[in-house]
Formats: sequence, structure tokens, C-alpha cells
Amino acid sequence: MTETRYDRAPGDGFAPANVEEEPGSGVLIYTIGLLLAVILTAISFWVANTSLLWAPGVSLGLTALAIAQMGIHLVFFLHVTTGPDNTNNVMALAFGVLIVVLVVAGSLLIMADLNESMMPAELMNLHMQH
Amino acid sequence: MNVNVALKEDVRPEARTIASEAGPAPKRIVVGYGFWIFLLSDIVMFAALFAAYAVLAHATAGGPGGAQLFNQVSVAIETGCLLASSYTCGLMSLAVGSQRRFRTYAAAVVTFALGAAFLTLELREFAGMIAVGATPQRSAFLSAFFTLVGCHGLHVTVGLIWLAVMMLQIAVKGFRATVERRLLCFSLFWHALDIIWVWLFTVVYLMGVHS
Repeated sequence: MTETRYDRAPGDGFAPANVEEEPGSGVLIYTIGLLLAVILTAISFWVANTSLLWAPGVSLGLTALAIAQMGIHLVFFLHVTTGPDNTNNVMALAFGVLIVVLVVAGSLLIMADLNESMMPAELMNLHMQH
Repeated sequence: MNVNVALKEDVRPEARTIASEAGPAPKRIVVGYGFWIFLLSDIVMFAALFAAYAVLAHATAGGPGGAQLFNQVSVAIETGCLLASSYTCGLMSLAVGSQRRFRTYAAAVVTFALGAAFLTLELREFAGMIAVGATPQRSAFLSAFFTLVGCHGLHVTVGLIWLAVMMLQIAVKGFRATVERRLLCFSLFWHALDIIWVWLFTVVYLMGVHS
């Protein structure tokens, strides 16, 4: 008997969809995900409100925490793994992340650059009077 | 049935055909993958709204800024609601997988209630902001804020309607393959909304209050 091995649908659990998982193992995975997400969220709120940390680094820290929590959600809730049956899902996700990074970082970079090279307000007023 | 499953599990990995030689994949995998692509395109749309917000975050035109408007306690409760509803949605997909009707309904009701609580808190926040004159017309910052957060809220609303429709379908049609595929898509949608909310509370609320 040869068994065909298909890719896994995104969102399906760690066992293939038609195989009965041990009762409880699925619940355990979601519960671990929930606990980790709650911990990361609590740290995020603490970081934003504490005065103990170096203020300019807080935004960077919050971004890192959000990326970590996104990873937790992807692995424990959406079941995206590095397994060979998940290659298609991961490739699509990687492309999505690429576009998101290009759009967000590109917009911020271009707009910051534009603001930088903008004529100062008082010069602009002089210019308009002539 | 169980014997069959045990046999399938015993097949050694090297005896299996690889995915590219296996022919068309089952419909569940094709549908799930297609919906995954849709979700990623939806996330790209949110990325554009996030970029607009980040560029305009300081363009308050002399109006109120994030630090005056945002209430962190309400945001924390909203975050808790959405995270817990994502968890119960996961429990629901487990119950659907093992075709347990009562557990499915129970998890769906909790998911719906938590999602509705999130939406109520968000609408109350919007109403409070509009009451103090912080309307979308006030400044570019507020336009971007209402577009971004409102778009997420709209997605949650659609998700709640979808969940109610799915419960009706289970009641009428039972656990058919079509209904199970739709429930798979719903849980993907709901978890993706939670990922977007993680970025929302980080970028809009926490960074907004901090700076």
C-alpha cells in the first residue's frame, strides 16, 4: 500500500486532517499559544508605560515584541510550520511579508526623505510673495 | 475505522509519494490554500493603511493627538477579548474536527460573545472620541486612525456575521465537507484578524501613548 503525501492546508492541526489526534494535544497547543501571547502582550503594555527603559529604544522593543507575538500566533494558532508539507503556505507567507515590508518601510523612508528635503516654512513664505 | 488509521500511520515516510507526484490535492487543502492567499492580500491592504497611519501619525493640525485620546485600559481589555476569542475559535475548530456538535456551539457562542464585546468597546471608544471633537475630519492623523482601526473593526463585524451564518449551517446541514471547509476558512480569518490587532495595539495605541 503506497500512501500519497499531500501538502497540509493552512490552519490544519499538527496531525493530518483525517487522522484522529490524541484528545487534549490540540487543546494543549492552543493553550500554550494563548499563555505565550498573554505574556508578550503584558510585556508590551509594561514596556510602553515604564520609565525604567531608555525611551528612544521603546518603539524598537515594541516592534520586536509584536514580531514575536505574530510568530506565536502563526505557529500555535495558524499551525504554520517548517515541515515539508507546509512549504506552499510558508512561501506564500514569505511573499506576503516581503510586500508588507516593502510597502511600510518604503513609505516611511520616502516620506521622511521628502520631509527632510522640504523647503523650510519661512523660506516657502518668502518664495510665495514673489 | 481505527484500524485503517493505524495502518496509514504505519506507512514509512519513504514509501510515500511526494506532493508533486501525488496528483490534485484534496479540496480541503486547495480551498485552505486559496483562502490563505486571500488573507495575505488582505494583510497587504492593511500594510498600506498602516503605512499611511505611520506617515500621518504626527500630522495632528493642532488637534488632539494619540496621548490625549487613547485609553490604555480599554485597549488592554479589547486585546484580552480578541485574544481569548482567538483561543476559543481554536477550540471550536478542534470540536469541528472531532464532529462534536455541543462543543462546537459552546465554543462558537463564547467566540461570538468575546468578539461582540471587543466591537462594543471599540465603538464606545470611537463615540467618545467623536464627542470631544476628534472626528475623522479634524486632522490627517485622525483620518488615518479611523480608517485603519475602523477597517479592522469592519473585518471583525463581518467575522461575527460569518460565524453566526456558520452556526446556522451546522444546525441545518450538519458537519458536511463543505461546511467544514467554510469553518476552516473562518478560523483562518479570525486568527489573521488577531495578528492584525497585535500590530494595531502596538503601532497605534502603545507607540501613540508613548511618544
